[in-house]
Amino acid sequence: MYVAVKGGERAIENAHRLLADKRRGPRDVPELTPAQIDEQLSLAVDRVMSEGSLYDRALAALAIKQARGDLIEAIFLVRAYRTTLPRFGYSHPLDTGAMQVRRRISATYKDLPGGQVLGPTFDYTHRLIDFSLMEQDAVPAPATAPHAAQTAMPRVADIIGSGDMIEASPPDEGAPVSDLTRDPLAFPAPRDLCLQNLARGDEGFLLALGYSTQRGYGRNHPFVGEIRLGEVQVEVEVEGLPFAAPLGAVTLTECQMVNQFVGSKTEAPKFTRGYGLSFGQCERRAMSMALVDRALRAGEFEEERKGPAQDEEFVLSHSDNVQATGFVEHLKLPHYVDFQAELALLREMRGENHASHPEAAE
Amino acid sequence: MTDLSHLTAQRREAMALLAVALRPELETPLAERWADLAFRPLRAPETGLVMLRGRIGGDGAPFNLGEATMSRAVVELDSGERGFGQVLGRDARMAQFGALLDALFQREPESVERHVLAPIRARVARQASQTQAETAATRVDFFTLVRGED
Repeated sequence: MYVAVKGGERAIENAHRLLADKRRGPRDVPELTPAQIDEQLSLAVDRVMSEGSLYDRALAALAIKQARGDLIEAIFLVRAYRTTLPRFGYSHPLDTGAMQVRRRISATYKDLPGGQVLGPTFDYTHRLIDFSLMEQDAVPAPATAPHAAQTAMPRVADIIGSGDMIEASPPDEGAPVSDLTRDPLAFPAPRDLCLQNLARGDEGFLLALGYSTQRGYGRNHPFVGEIRLGEVQVEVEVEGLPFAAPLGAVTLTECQMVNQFVGSKTEAPKFTRGYGLSFGQCERRAMSMALVDRALRAGEFEEERKGPAQDEEFVLSHSDNVQATGFVEHLKLPHYVDFQAELALLREMRGENHASHPEAAE
Repeated sequence: MTDLSHLTAQRREAMALLAVALRPELETPLAERWADLAFRPLRAPETGLVMLRGRIGGDGAPFNLGEATMSRAVVELDSGERGFGQVLGRDARMAQFGALLDALFQREPESVERHVLAPIRARVARQASQTQAETAATRVDFFTLVRGED
């Protein structure tokens, strides 16, 4: 336990002034603008929005600037800002089926209806440092190709599902939706609560857990049924309006993972699924989320829980990097009284030790 | 009844355009054409949060994905029309502009259509078409290769 201390005001003030100076860096280098961060470090912005659990690009970009690029610090700032605002309401559930798709790939069907488009991806790049980016060269405009008005792109689960080969999504029965921002975590956690927790969970944590399932700590044989990226319209009910008000679009990444089949004496085996959804372009996190979602469903399928990724209390209690960093970093705060107590205890033990075994001390 | 639902659909489409407008696309025509508009605020412009919901599996039961900032405002023109404005983000003035134009759309739809909505619709369509053309250029066809030993 840490204790309150007094003093140090001047040192703290000067430390923060020094921080501001270091944030700015040498004055002969042009200062970053939030717009540059938003446009040119856009995937960092996407991550801060996702884990800050607040969709607001300009705000996330500003937080990244303030945090000197420390993304967890930026996420912390966004979470803190969020608590200053009232909640007006809840959107209608976002319809990812009606997404204006900018990227869509499948690892299970090469000729899926609606086709595959790569969009802006790091996939198939050679991961060689591009030294030409040292210079501010003009970048060629993207290639274009004739396109028809976008046709519906069915979800891969619907394609497989047409033959009853894959489990259906749990139906919307109008039940109240869990909200971890209003109620503390409780176990066992329903799937909606798990997904909310994972959606704002630390990407590195989710990635490691997802990876662990692939390496055998709760194996579930995943295939990427589909990943899609694009814009989805937001609608919200407004008191006094006879229809749902359109608010504009948000960018989302969705991952449909198709996993090994489960069956029973009464039911034919079928593929199971894991689901990932993220703000912005966050493919790695959407995939990791889908892997962990499926792993956490071990109980539902009566699978033996053999890996950490299948342990919902472990996963959900440690996924939040703001909570995690708060608890880890609080160790820096003064623990003088605690430590003095430990020290006194240790001295006492050693004194007793010395008294009962004088030879051991020599 | 069909007339009413037709009007509702038109107003909804107008609102969707107002929600994605750039600031000058609303501010400039309001200043140029409706500078002396008489109205009273029913809900002062304010910024808050909306919880965005997804669906499990994309089409199943809802879950809370995360919040977004949004701004909203409600106005009533002296001629009686009530306008609602709401946008994603923290620019509460945009919600106010949207509310004024939603009210004006009910009073003088042709004028709002010509001076406000049509330019926004054209820009949005142009951008969507460009994005779709860029996306289409990355359409891929994978071929499955036969493995050697078989």
